[in-house]
Amino acid sequence: MTSPVTKTTTGGAARTSVEVRMEGLSRHYGSVVALDRLDLTLQPGELIALLGPSGCGKTTTLRLLAGLEDADAGHITVDGKDITRVSAAKRDMGMVFQAYSLFPHMTVRQNVAFGLRLRRVSSAARDKRALEMLDLVGLSTQADRYPTQISGGQQQRVALARALAIEPQVLLLDEPLSALDAKVRAQLRDEIRRIQLEVGITTLFVTHDQEEALAIADRVGVMRAGHLEQLAPPTDVYSRPATSFVAEFVGLSNRLAGEVRNGEVTVRGRTLPLVDRSTPDGPAVALVRPEAVTLASDSAAESGPLVGTVIAVTFLGAMSRVTVDLGDTSIMAQLTTADASVLPAGSRVQLTIRPDPVLVSASSDPDVPAVEEEV
Amino acid sequence: MAAVTGLTEALARTPGGRPAGMQVRRRRRLNAFRYVVFAVFGLFFVVPLLAMVRFSLEGTKLGTWSLTAWRQIASYQGSGIPPLSSAIELTLELAVITCVVTMVILVPTMIWVRLRVQWLARTMEFLCLLPLTIPAIVLVVGLGPIYNKIQHYELSALMLFWVYVILALPYAYRALSAGLSAIDVTTLSEAARSLGASWFTVMFRVIAPNMRQAILNALLLTWALVLGEYTIAYLLLYSNLQVELYSISRNTPNAGVLFSTSSAALLFAFVLLLILSFVGRRRRGRG
Repeated sequence: MTSPVTKTTTGGAARTSVEVRMEGLSRHYGSVVALDRLDLTLQPGELIALLGPSGCGKTTTLRLLAGLEDADAGHITVDGKDITRVSAAKRDMGMVFQAYSLFPHMTVRQNVAFGLRLRRVSSAARDKRALEMLDLVGLSTQADRYPTQISGGQQQRVALARALAIEPQVLLLDEPLSALDAKVRAQLRDEIRRIQLEVGITTLFVTHDQEEALAIADRVGVMRAGHLEQLAPPTDVYSRPATSFVAEFVGLSNRLAGEVRNGEVTVRGRTLPLVDRSTPDGPAVALVRPEAVTLASDSAAESGPLVGTVIAVTFLGAMSRVTVDLGDTSIMAQLTTADASVLPAGSRVQLTIRPDPVLVSASSDPDVPAVEEEV
Repeated sequence: MAAVTGLTEALARTPGGRPAGMQVRRRRRLNAFRYVVFAVFGLFFVVPLLAMVRFSLEGTKLGTWSLTAWRQIASYQGSGIPPLSSAIELTLELAVITCVVTMVILVPTMIWVRLRVQWLARTMEFLCLLPLTIPAIVLVVGLGPIYNKIQHYELSALMLFWVYVILALPYAYRALSAGLSAIDVTTLSEAARSLGASWFTVMFRVIAPNMRQAILNALLLTWALVLGEYTIAYLLLYSNLQVELYSISRNTPNAGVLFSTSSAALLFAFVLLLILSFVGRRRRGRG
């Protein structure tokens, strides 16, 4: 996590990054609980990504913070001031939406200057600021075009410039990349992070894309059924998931039947340490990451719990995912493409499982992941 | 050889499996049918209009040409009826007032309902479309006492605009509704609100400008309705353009001015349509 920041905004007056605190925030839609007493604090200058399946409450959290919806209970404070009942127009928050939200009848420059115009900034200062912001997102040459004349990626950059132009206290990003193609998405993701660090603004980013959340955030909050399952730096969320839901939702996991005893789990004859050493003894399903599994070609290998046959190799670029049939179950291993290339389908392989700490699944059936049960 | 023949046949077939030649013949037949339909319907509309224009240009002797009827539009007065120019003036004023009042009432209300009180949308649609289902005579019976009072106070015939606004509601509502559906009202308003816009700013500086084409369409429909309205004005004993034209046709032998005035009204509507389509095209051209 980055330390709290005090930054100056590009071309604007100095503005201190603020702390955002949400306490006991609840929101119901009829009988459906969208948010259940959520507590979340964003440190000054921090970027938190909220991640979770559809309907977990991440967008509701963001909309409550933006003032676009009212909380049924709880409080929101920004820089110590309670803004729970303040209207969206007076919250001083910049927001980028999932859908393209530029005003179609205005040029790019007019869109960026819109918030400043509402604040009665002089025409010259408005234009200067709008161009600075467009420069920040690399679109100053498109200033006089209309939204329909620029690409989707450019539209979202303009939306970002428009949100930042008013020098908001908090930046809210509601799945801003989900409508873009993969390449533009990756570029813009990095650009958002660069700009966020440059401006030093406290930011809440909502996404359902794990890669995006892990790549961009100081801390990732994994949500489920209206509450936070885990809020931690991306590396911790991935390698030390707090719950089996997080382990299964973030990244891929092999589900292997095993036996828990004395804070360890024995899987196919291999003993692995548990993240949660207080897990009760008994049969369990261990969640093993594909990268913890390594394979070695062994055509002469006899049958055994960790001997199998390669049934599929999925090319992912630099990495490949190899699926191995172990007879009673199958297991995935993630290898470099160079290593995977010597293991064609049909090869006999010997498996090794690295003794990383693992979690056991909430679901005792190896074929039914807890995440699927949730959805 | 059989294999080669099979391949050639396969290439000549379309993905749907029909031979390409059959497709071409089918397309030609379809095009011919379209042209015939277009021509028949074109003649159906154009011949009466051309005939009307021709009659308006008829001279004193049969088969001759003259602009007299067109020159008489502004000055013509039949026996026992007011001058035609006053009816034209009244109708144009009514059209302007009706357009303005309809838009002032309908545009903000529809945007507000879409933004803030969605649950009222169905009720509003029902109320706006209701005038379509009410026969003019029923409207007149209902409105009669009110207009009797108006006439008692000797208020202007421009008061007809109230009933014209009601008559125009279904058409204007449909045009505006289509325009509202074409834009992402929720996202645009939320974006504007997050930038600090009041609800007034959201409605009039963000949403309404993006409904320009829909507003123009609604204006055109309202305008055309007022220009062509006869029943209500006649039954309420007001003399607008259509009532006046009818009176001329009944009371005077000079049919030329009847046709020239009708042609002029039609021409005016065409010019308006052209202007609207030009405005719409210029806007789309940006994209």
